Amino acid sequence: MSASRFAQRIRMTPLARREARQGLMFLSPWLIGFGLLTAFPMVATLAFSFSNIQLNQAEPLRFVGFDNYVRLLNDRQAWHALGVTFRFALIWLPVVVIVPFLVALLLNSRHLRFTGVFRVLVFLPYVVPFVAGVLVWQSMLGLNGWINKFLQMLGVADPPAWLLSTDTIYPALAIMGIWGIGAGVIINLAGLRGIPTELYDAAKIDGAGAWGQLRHVTVPLMTPIFFYSLILGIVGVMQYFLVPIVLNNGTGAPGGSTLFYNLYLFKTFFTFSNMSYGATLAWFLFAITLVITVLVFWSARRWVYYAGER
Amino acid sequence: MTVDAAQDAAQERIPAPVFGDVGGRRRFGRDPVQSFAMTFLMVALIAGFLSPLLHSLSISVKTPQQITQTRAPIWPADPATYEFEGRDYDVYQVPIDGEMRELALVRPGRTQSEFVDPARPEEGRITWQGSWRRLEPAWVFNPRLENYSDVFDLIRYPRLLLNTVLIAAIGVVGTLVSCTLVAYGFARFRFPGRNMLFMLMISTIFLPAAVTLIPTYMIFVKLGWVGTWLPLLIPTFLANAYDVFLLRQFLLTIPRELDEAAAIDGAGPLRTLVSVILPQAWPAIIAVGIFHFVYSWNDFFGPLIYLSTNRDLWTISLGLNQFNGVYFSNPGYVQAGTMMTLVFPVILFLIFQRFFTRGIVITGVEK
Repeated sequence: MSASRFAQRIRMTPLARREARQGLMFLSPWLIGFGLLTAFPMVATLAFSFSNIQLNQAEPLRFVGFDNYVRLLNDRQAWHALGVTFRFALIWLPVVVIVPFLVALLLNSRHLRFTGVFRVLVFLPYVVPFVAGVLVWQSMLGLNGWINKFLQMLGVADPPAWLLSTDTIYPALAIMGIWGIGAGVIINLAGLRGIPTELYDAAKIDGAGAWGQLRHVTVPLMTPIFFYSLILGIVGVMQYFLVPIVLNNGTGAPGGSTLFYNLYLFKTFFTFSNMSYGATLAWFLFAITLVITVLVFWSARRWVYYAGER
Repeated sequence: MTVDAAQDAAQERIPAPVFGDVGGRRRFGRDPVQSFAMTFLMVALIAGFLSPLLHSLSISVKTPQQITQTRAPIWPADPATYEFEGRDYDVYQVPIDGEMRELALVRPGRTQSEFVDPARPEEGRITWQGSWRRLEPAWVFNPRLENYSDVFDLIRYPRLLLNTVLIAAIGVVGTLVSCTLVAYGFARFRFPGRNMLFMLMISTIFLPAAVTLIPTYMIFVKLGWVGTWLPLLIPTFLANAYDVFLLRQFLLTIPRELDEAAAIDGAGPLRTLVSVILPQAWPAIIAVGIFHFVYSWNDFFGPLIYLSTNRDLWTISLGLNQFNGVYFSNPGYVQAGTMMTLVFPVILFLIFQRFFTRGIVITGVEK
């Protein structure tokens, strides 16, 4: 193991060496898991993308160079699916960062009573099983569901078809997604409680009203939380595809608008059993996610405030 | 920048005013009007937020006819009828003399119709001037609770429940054993490369599952594990980044003095873990246990790819998804199944909600 060779090189005492050996022993479940379930499959996926491997190998296995990547470049369906994912991300990412923050602000208000009960209720849908949650919302957003009944009560003569129309599908999916904000709300709440009271007092002395305090104290000090929500949101949205599988068995309806990139990948792999091209799509997804994440990390210097830094 | 100014001011230790501090959650200085408005707003928001559950509950006790009939109320309702002189007549809400009465329409007419009051049929026919087509029908509350017992049999609920509980319970054991060991290794032992390994572990949280899925699936196929629970269970014994992180953060807060005392008394590291660390770490252990239980209960993707071929091993989420595909024309059945799927995790959460929130705070904030 390279770590223990490294240990010998820096001349550890026998005691330190024993501690290192014991530590690695305790780490072994994860080390084995990481090797077998993460590192090896990752490398294998990359290798697959340069081969013609299939689950039931008919042709002889061979190296095909960049054939799969050339196919990807010319695969209009893959680019369409990537576009679907980005379009949904544009709607979803602001929601997943801002809505939990606003709900946490409400829950943190000193005017609010029964905060404990509200907090439990906000979190509750988070534990509703995924499939059940999708079916609940599919029914709620149906043509005669309560959302449309409510809109009709408000005087909307022609309420939207939500999940059945390409115009409203992404907002509808975002509304469904709001049920999962429980964890985000709790993290935002903990962030709000961590803001030192003195800062608000100081802002008030400087003449800041409620809005000024929110803008100049709360929001800047919450940027690390926004950053955390954004990164998790990006990783999540790039992999989004299970909801359409439950909604319509992954047909992409309405009009291909729910053919998300990861759904296309899943179908390439499981429906069409194309391992090598599926692996290519997977590595491409990984690369895009990595690039976006790195860009966001890089941009963080400009907008994320860390109290410890100077 | 204003933040800097605010911070500088804070450092000068300006005494905090006692009343009306925004950051604190004191009970004083609460304006009853604002308090009422805020609480009212929150009640409205939560009602909207949770209304889909009520919607599903109402659908779950309806027949397909009750769902499709027009002008029906939101609760499970059948049109009211009344048997009069050997025939069934529809009952309508008729405004008579400024009050609304539910009367059976026995002789419809264009400008006037004849009704009978089901409560007092001996009074005979009542003639009402107006177009009966404009009247609202009267409804009787008639929930179809048999939806639940039907679904219970159709979906093979006891079997699905047993499978789901078994997979979740074994997974909890695997997760707790493996993640506690690994977290202990990260929290209490110094060795070269520890921080790098820790960062590596955390970075796996951000790795898209697709990039490891295909070879993993192929390995499980070659091992003959697809169509068994093994692909869902074995990985839980190999630790996962999220739960290790949570446990490690918690273990770091436990003072080292006790382990050192145990070591001086001759306890080995495993013994120290079991008899010194674990008794103090139970809040985090319970949190991880419940997290994994709920995660496993709600998991759809794992069972979908590994268990689809073997019906006897299905979990409740997989069963519900398939049920939705077959019975989509009977929403009452689908929503009854949905309710039966979500009731256990929701109850579990309501009992253990404190551990949930604490666990999330540990993983989310204390990076």
